[in-house]
Amino acid sequence: MSDDDLKKLTEALKATPAPDPARKETTLRMAEENFARLQERDPVMRPSQQPGTRPGFLKGLAMTFLNNLRPALLATSSLVIVGIGVVLVQNSAPTGPVVEPAVVGENLSRVTTEASKAAQAEVAMEVDDVDRREETLSIADAEAPMELSEEAPLRRLEQRSLQATATNRARDLDAVAGAVSNEFAPQALIAPAPVPDPVPGQRIEQRDRFAEADIAAVKITSEEPVSTFSIDVDTASYAWVRRSLESGQLPAPEAVRIEEMVNYFSYDYPAPTGDAPFSTQVRVTETPWNTDTQLVEIGIQGTLPEIADRPPLNLVFLIDTSGSMQSPDKLQLLIQSFRLMLPELRDEDQVAIVTYAGTSGIALRPTPASERAVITAALERLQAGGSTAGAAGLRDAYALAAQMAEDGDVSRVLLATDGDFNVGLSSIDEMTRFIEEKREGGTYLSILGFGRGNLNDALMQTLAQNGNGQAAYIDTLSEARKVLVDQLSGALFPIAQDVKIQMEFNPSVIAEYRLIGYETRALNREDFNNDRVDAGEIGAGHQVTALYEVTPVGSPALLNDPLRYGEPVVANAASDELGFLRLRYKVPGATTSQLIETPIAATETPAAPGFAAAIAGFGQLLQGSDYNGSWSFGDAIALANATRGEDRFGYRNEAISLMRLAESLSK
Amino acid sequence: MRMRTSDEALALAAASGDGEAFGLLIRRHYDLMFRFAWRLTGSRHEAEDLCHDICAALPVKLRSFRGDAKFTTWVYRVMMNANTDRARKAQRRAKARASWGEDFKRREAEAEEAREAQDWLTRAMTTLPEELRDTVALTLGEDLTQAEAAKVLGLSEGTIAWRMSEVKKHLRALAEKEGI
Repeated sequence: MSDDDLKKLTEALKATPAPDPARKETTLRMAEENFARLQERDPVMRPSQQPGTRPGFLKGLAMTFLNNLRPALLATSSLVIVGIGVVLVQNSAPTGPVVEPAVVGENLSRVTTEASKAAQAEVAMEVDDVDRREETLSIADAEAPMELSEEAPLRRLEQRSLQATATNRARDLDAVAGAVSNEFAPQALIAPAPVPDPVPGQRIEQRDRFAEADIAAVKITSEEPVSTFSIDVDTASYAWVRRSLESGQLPAPEAVRIEEMVNYFSYDYPAPTGDAPFSTQVRVTETPWNTDTQLVEIGIQGTLPEIADRPPLNLVFLIDTSGSMQSPDKLQLLIQSFRLMLPELRDEDQVAIVTYAGTSGIALRPTPASERAVITAALERLQAGGSTAGAAGLRDAYALAAQMAEDGDVSRVLLATDGDFNVGLSSIDEMTRFIEEKREGGTYLSILGFGRGNLNDALMQTLAQNGNGQAAYIDTLSEARKVLVDQLSGALFPIAQDVKIQMEFNPSVIAEYRLIGYETRALNREDFNNDRVDAGEIGAGHQVTALYEVTPVGSPALLNDPLRYGEPVVANAASDELGFLRLRYKVPGATTSQLIETPIAATETPAAPGFAAAIAGFGQLLQGSDYNGSWSFGDAIALANATRGEDRFGYRNEAISLMRLAESLSK
Repeated sequence: MRMRTSDEALALAAASGDGEAFGLLIRRHYDLMFRFAWRLTGSRHEAEDLCHDICAALPVKLRSFRGDAKFTTWVYRVMMNANTDRARKAQRRAKARASWGEDFKRREAEAEEAREAQDWLTRAMTTLPEELRDTVALTLGEDLTQAEAAKVLGLSEGTIAWRMSEVKKHLRALAEKEGI
C-alpha cells in the first residue's frame, strides 16, 4: 500500500517538464561568459595542485567547527549571529579588479527579477573573490529577521562589508572552507567567536519571535513630566504566557507584555454616560510590591452599543493553510473557533474565506451568514499544505472585503496564522503600508495567532496595530470563545480609534514615575496632538487599563537623588493634584480628534490594590523585573485571591492557577 | 572525444580555468539540474530561475570542487543550498521588487502554472515538510540510493531511511484523506 504510494510519487516526480530551450541557451551562455570573465580578472591560482597534497589540518579544523556550528545555527534558526574569524596568509599573489555588477546581470532575460538575481550572483562571485584576495577572511552569518533585512548585497562587496552583508550561510561555508584550504597555507587560526546568546525571543522555542522593547525605566518627573502612549486592547501575550506555563515552561521575559496581561481581564469600571464613547476612571492605590510608592490605575470603559442596532458585518476570514498549520492546535482549532462564531452572526452579515499557502485562493465567495451550512462546509474543506504566500492572500482578502462593503457596513479581515509570511513579497514595511491604506478605506484587520513553534508575534503586533485591529493568540477552544464569541461585538465594532493617553505628573507631588507595560506602544510627546499619528482602537465594550507606579516626593523609595545644581521643585497652585490625564480619540472615520481631560487628585490614603495590580506584579515577576523587590509569586497569588471578586467566567481563577504553576516552575 | 571525459575530470579542468571543459560540463548537466530544480520547487518558473542562479555562480563555486565527491553529488548539494537560500533571499530582496501590483500579477501566473502541474503531485509534495521534500527529490526523483542521498545531505544513511518511512506515513495519510 505505502510502497504503491512511493511508486506513484516516483512516477509523478519523473514526469518532469522539458526545460525551455531558449531559456536554457541564455543561461548557459551567461554562465560561459561569467566563466571567461572570471578567468580574465582572476586567473586560477592553483595550477598543478594534486588532491591530497594540500594542507589538510586547516580544512579539518574548519570543517570541525563548521559542523559543530551548523546544529547550533539550525537550532536557533533565524536570529543568531555568528562570527567566524580565520586569519590566513596567501601563498599566491592577489590579482584582478573587482568585477562590475553588470557582469552577471547583462544577460538576464527576465526583467522583473533581474536586480535580485544580479545581486545574488554578484554576491556569490564577490564573496569568493574576497576570499582569495584578502588575507583575513571573516564571514558573518546573520539570518536577520525580515524587519531587519539589509539591502547591502546590492552594493559592491568589500571585505569589511562582508560582515554586514550576511548573505553567506553556514552551509555554504563548506565550499568556502574547501576553497580556503586549496588556496592558502595556514598561518594562524583564530577560534570562532563564542556564539552569542540567542537574541531575545529565541529562547522559548526556536522560531517564535516577539516584538522587542526595553522595559520602560523610571522617569524623573522634574525632567520628563509627560508620558505618552497609545492604548492597546490586545491580549495575545496573556494567552501565550498561559500556554508556556501549562506546557511546563516559564515564558521568555520578552514574551510577557504586562498591559496585554492586565487587559485580558475585565474590571468593574463605570459604564459611560451620554454620548461619550467611553468613560475614564482613575484611582490611586498602594503598590503591592513597594510600600513607599503608589499605583495610579487608569481605567477606560468602552460603551456597549445596542447589539440589535449594529450595522451589517462583512467578515473575510484569511486563513493560513501552509503546511505548518497541519496540527490539531492550529488549523483544526481554527476551524472549530470559526464555527463557534457563526451562530453569533446575523442573516444580513456576509462571510468570505480566502486561504493562502503556496498561492492564495478563495475558498468561499461572499456568502450571507444565513447560509451556515455552506460556510461550515467550506471551513471543513480547508486543508493544510504548501508554503506561505501571505501577502497575496492579504491582497485577495482586502479585494473581497471591498466587494462586499456597502454603505454603513463594517468590514473586517480576520487573519488566522501560525507564523509569518514567508514566501514571495513582502517587507514588513510594504505590507504595513498596504494595511494602512486599507484602514483608511474603512476595512480593518484583526489577527489571530495559532500554534507554537513558528509564531511571529512581532509581525502580528505590527500588522494588527496598523490595521486598527486586535491581535489575539488562540491556544484553546475556550480562548477562541472568549475572543471570537464573547467579544464578537467589541472585537468587530470600533467605537473609537487612535486613542492616545498622555499623563502629566505634578513634580511637586510625584518625584518619579514609571509606566508599567505598554513598551511597544510608547509615543513621542508631540505625537499626542498630531492627528496623523496612528494609535490603538477601542471596540464596543472593550476595557483598557494602564498602571503607573509613582513615587511621591520625599518617599524613601526614590531611586534618584535630586540634582545639586538643579532648580528646586517649587510647589505650584495646582499642587493638590497628582497629575493630569489627557486622552485623545477619534470617532471612527473622523479625521480630527476629541480631547478629554481629567485632573487626578493626590491622596493621603491610597486604596487597596486590585486584581490588576496582582496581574501586573505577576507579569513583572515573569519578566524578572527588579522593581518587585522581595515580592514573590506567593504574594501575587494571595493578592489575586483576595481581589478575585465575582469572576463569572473563571478567567481570574485560571490566572491564579497560572501563578501557582509559575511559582513551582521558578523554584 | 571530450564527451567521454568523466564529470569529475571536466569539473577539475574547469576549476583550473579550462573554459571548454566548463562549457561541456554545464551543457551536459543542464537538463539534470533543471529536472532536479523542478523536483525541488515544483514549478517550471522557479526551476528555471534556480538553474540560472546556479549557472551564474558556478564558475566561482566550481573552484571549491575538490574532486573527492561525484560531481553530481556536489551539484545536488549546491542546488539544495541555493534553493533554500533563494526562498530566504526572496524575502530580504522584496524591497528591490517593483510593487505589490507587479508581484500580484506574477503570482496569478504562478497559480495558473500550479494548476497545470499534476495536482496529486503538488498535493503530495506540499504535505511533506521541507526536509522530506528534499529527500524525496533526491531518492525518488533522482534515483539516488539512500547512501548517496545521505552524502548529498550530509546525513547518516539511517536518517534517510527514517525520513523515507516518514514520507510513507505522510503519503498514507494523504491517501486516506482522499478516500483511496
